[in-house]
Amino acid sequence: MSNIPADLKYTSSHEWIRVEADGTLTIGITDHAQQALGDIVFLELPEAGRIVDAGEACAVVESVKAASDIYAPVAGEVIASNNEAIDAPESVNGDAYGAWLFKMRADGADLSGFMDAAGYLAEIDQA
Amino acid sequence: MQSPSKLTPLHDRHVAAGARMVDFAGWDMPVNYGSQIDEHHAVRTDAGMFDVSHMLALDLSGSDATPFLRALLANDVAKLKTPGKALYSCMLTEAGGVIDDLIVYRISDSEYRTVVNAGTADKDVAWIRKQIATLGANVSLEGRRDLAMIAIQGPNAIEKASRAIPELNTARGIPAPFSGVRLGDLFIARTGYTGEDGLEVSVPVDRAAVMWDALVSAGVRPCGLGARDTLRLEAGMNLYGQDMDEAVSPLDAGLAWTVDMRDPDRIFIGRAALEAKPASMAMLGLVLLDKGVLRAHMPVFGPDGAGETTSGSFSPTLQKSIGFARLPLPTAPGTEVEVDVRGRRLKAMTVKLPFVRNGKSLID
Repeated sequence: MSNIPADLKYTSSHEWIRVEADGTLTIGITDHAQQALGDIVFLELPEAGRIVDAGEACAVVESVKAASDIYAPVAGEVIASNNEAIDAPESVNGDAYGAWLFKMRADGADLSGFMDAAGYLAEIDQA
Repeated sequence: MQSPSKLTPLHDRHVAAGARMVDFAGWDMPVNYGSQIDEHHAVRTDAGMFDVSHMLALDLSGSDATPFLRALLANDVAKLKTPGKALYSCMLTEAGGVIDDLIVYRISDSEYRTVVNAGTADKDVAWIRKQIATLGANVSLEGRRDLAMIAIQGPNAIEKASRAIPELNTARGIPAPFSGVRLGDLFIARTGYTGEDGLEVSVPVDRAAVMWDALVSAGVRPCGLGARDTLRLEAGMNLYGQDMDEAVSPLDAGLAWTVDMRDPDRIFIGRAALEAKPASMAMLGLVLLDKGVLRAHMPVFGPDGAGETTSGSFSPTLQKSIGFARLPLPTAPGTEVEVDVRGRRLKAMTVKLPFVRNGKSLID
């Protein structure tokens, strides 16, 4: 069974989004996604300062099996990427919601189109 | 409409163990039982097992069995002097392309067992039947879907398997390396696809699950196709359909060592084509020097021209990305090349295969 925290938003491409107290966004991949990918061995993450469009492929998660693009959920500026996860890609398998991938500033972004936990559970149950 | 996946006799064991199942060549097979990397290490350091029942055992028998196989296969079964001895060979088209790669065991002069790939099994059977008819050979061919196959691999594989399979504790129970022996209703072969010592055991379908359970109890870890792929990659072993196929000469796929041209009177299928077109490509190992992961069909650029990767992954033993590349001759081991990895040009070094043998890295 996948772990799906209630306080996050979810994309149909299996990213999670957390809205921080200062309004910035933290992005990672879901527990369901890490299970599907299998052992993760390499992360390519965007550098701080990069301007990304909504839906832009801006990171890559590579497992033993395959490479998977990670998409910016909304337009904005990347303000940090997780260097600890780059050094220990397997941490994404161990704790998909702790091992975030990147943070972005997207002032005023509309997140209402993304799924909540119940919606995401329904989504992956259908797949 | 897609036809439903075929199930091996061990399918319910995989599902019960929580394996992630995938379609492989029309079969519903376990890709891993949790962690592919842990399964990989189990084979390198201890003992793991694979359900390879999707592969097909074929028995060829009859008074022409030996001359027929000498015509059918690019390697020469006349090399198999002792009963049980095994040979790895390609089966070629007239044009010299690879129809399949297989292992053939000599049981006697008039009896051979061969094991072919799952994805090519139907094509292989049709091809062999056609050649039997064309040559008018006195050979009968029997597909053995009444057998399951379990590959038990790793430094402790034989010792642990001996606790689970009573036949292994008899005088002839453990064959010499690269040989097989028929014991009761089992065929036990000292072969594999991992670069480790181990056995491949053919067992009647109705006994397969009991044997699997006994092997689990003896401490042999179930491993999926994912680990099987990274193990064979480290061991420098080709995968049919990925590293070679009917469009590729075995001489360009690193398989020249399996093509035996020594007997000038042995006219095997594909020989004339190979003689007319010598090797033009080298099959080399690649170790990625930059960060990233090699995959199949990435463009490779070297001092002697361009080629491509045919396989690639992350090597759990070496903790770096490795692959195979087909590059124009005279590219040799020790050449720095560039690989187009998802739009980035990354540095890699060509090396002699294999990367790993018997648990040890062969790369500096």
